[in-house]
Amino acid sequence: MSAVTPIDVPIDNATKRQLKAGERASERTLTKRTKKRLTSRGATIASLIIALVWTVPTFGLFISSIRPAALINTTGWWTIFQNPGLTFDNYSQVLKAGNSQLNLGQAFINSIAITLPATLIPLTLASLAAYGFAWMNFKGKNWMFIGVFALQIVPLQMALVPLLSLFSRGLTIGGVQLFAGLNASGSYTQVWIAHTIFGLPLVIFLLHNFISELPAELIEAARVDGAGHGQIFFRIVLPLTMPAIASIAIFQFLWVWNDLLVALVFADGEVAPMTKLLAEITGGRGQDWQLLTSGAFISILVPLIVFFALQRFFVRGLLAGSTKG
Amino acid sequence: MASVTFDKATRLYPGSTKPAVDALDLHVADGEFLVLVGPSGCGKSTSLRMLAGLEEVNDGNILIGDRNVTDVPPKDRDIAMVFQNYALYPHMTVAENMGFALKIAGVNKDERATRVLEAAKLLDLEPYLGRKPKALSGGQRQRVAMGRAIVRQPQVFLMDEPLSNLDAKLRVQTRTQIASLQRRLGVTTVYVTHDQTEALTMGDRIAVLKDGVLQQVGTPRDLYANPKNVFVAGFIGSPAMNLFTADLVEGGLKFGSAVAALDRATMGATSNTKVTIGVRPEDVRVSTTGEGLKVDVDLVEELGADGYLYGHTDIDGGRVDIVARVDGRVHPNAGETVFILPEPAHIHAFDIESGNRLSKAVAD
Repeated sequence: MSAVTPIDVPIDNATKRQLKAGERASERTLTKRTKKRLTSRGATIASLIIALVWTVPTFGLFISSIRPAALINTTGWWTIFQNPGLTFDNYSQVLKAGNSQLNLGQAFINSIAITLPATLIPLTLASLAAYGFAWMNFKGKNWMFIGVFALQIVPLQMALVPLLSLFSRGLTIGGVQLFAGLNASGSYTQVWIAHTIFGLPLVIFLLHNFISELPAELIEAARVDGAGHGQIFFRIVLPLTMPAIASIAIFQFLWVWNDLLVALVFADGEVAPMTKLLAEITGGRGQDWQLLTSGAFISILVPLIVFFALQRFFVRGLLAGSTKG
Repeated sequence: MASVTFDKATRLYPGSTKPAVDALDLHVADGEFLVLVGPSGCGKSTSLRMLAGLEEVNDGNILIGDRNVTDVPPKDRDIAMVFQNYALYPHMTVAENMGFALKIAGVNKDERATRVLEAAKLLDLEPYLGRKPKALSGGQRQRVAMGRAIVRQPQVFLMDEPLSNLDAKLRVQTRTQIASLQRRLGVTTVYVTHDQTEALTMGDRIAVLKDGVLQQVGTPRDLYANPKNVFVAGFIGSPAMNLFTADLVEGGLKFGSAVAALDRATMGATSNTKVTIGVRPEDVRVSTTGEGLKVDVDLVEELGADGYLYGHTDIDGGRVDIVARVDGRVHPNAGETVFILPEPAHIHAFDIESGNRLSKAVAD
């Protein structure tokens, strides 16, 4: 669904980076050629067809979700004109459906309450960390970065049990309790922390790649202009990194929004998100699959809104004109 | 305003054995325009970045005024720098770019606007204040970079090849503009370039660097007339000085079939029988008597009023290229053979081993 355009950072640099610049120049012509190919008539037609093939199922899902249960069970959505009948019953039903603790409407709110902080917290931390790794000098920087990079290969599933025990019992080494358990089951805290932890390595790595590619002269100019690290970060780096942050935000948002596993382990009971409830609705009563159509449609609404809202950041090449380029 | 002093400042890049800047001793007076010049890799940019605080100083000290800034971070040095690629903040307008340092310094909005406008007037940037850098031409971007430095009213301006991204014509124009602006503002300026013409035309004084070592500091005139060694002699001046080996003989130098007079003091300054001599193209004349160094003419470049004769000769079995300034109307043609003689008063003699100057300084 999300066709991400790579963000081109036009960097032209001093003599010492001549070689790199040469590489980049050839890349640039490659990009141009690719762009030319992608904007030809044939490519346009092909992309239209692909868009159609992609959209039809979504459209079908939408039609199904507004048909009465009896009709859904007997005929396909494409027969809507032969078998007319529209209703929002599925929606009103599904919003009320659920288990003893909450219904889908509440779960929708839960999903938002989980996803927003679980996107914002890792992005905030990661952008700070990425700036540090890219533009600050401290001892052991490279080893730390390798460590963060290596963390990406740790499977999420492996960390579930230790993390759960950490949350409930705290950390005790050799009889000395370093910190107590969170004692926060039934609140969002656990799932926020879990998603933040699982998301950070990759987000730091991606943002570091982008931030370290900012022209060094820009950072130096800011330093000479009197800015400290905080000001450089907030006034120079952050605005210029917005396109990257936006695209990574979309990925993190979608990942958290669609996540079921972490939610099952860390967000139970009243704080469960929509994914968990949707699974229960179909799992528990497979006969009510008309409810799944409306439920699924509700759950893709938010990602669509997020994507369309942040999409413009992909297109804008913010860095144009900084250096000679 | 302040002076700048490099006191045995040294920069050794990690993992390298040879310092990029080796014990640089240099004093820039208050209000002076000093140009650091040298071939690429000579350490001129590194020296400037050391002064800016962007590069660590491994040994020695750097002073701005009487203040030792060796370990002071760039933001506290009260300097402004113009970068080769301008390094404008792409997400800010011209006005925001120019006012950025003031904003950081906590100058209030009204004063900021006044000072930005003042600088913009000075640089003819008023119509562009609301634009983003990407909507400006190369020359305008360069002026914004200058403006950003001026607005600060710093103690020292640092400029790192600010003209190298402009086209030839604009470069010549901007060259004069920067020089006259600096004189008007009277701010101490350290300017880095690899272009000796820029150095000669802009600087109050020029410092020539090679391989991290300071070769000579002096006024443009002084460097041109009295180069301290073979490197400076060959680097300053365009076309470059003719440099070749000559035998010392009784009464002077062997110059082809002729003997060019050389004073006794110079001849006594070396124990070798050979010296490296340097003669500028304008100090070479074509002999009418058939005496002198035999030169085969390869090409004559006509520049209107005068021309440059490019030729070659054999010295000790090796081919040596010779350039001579000739009359623009009457001159030898390519393929001819001519004999050249130097102006005896303008012969530069250098030690053949050390390359250091032997001749006395010429008052010129």
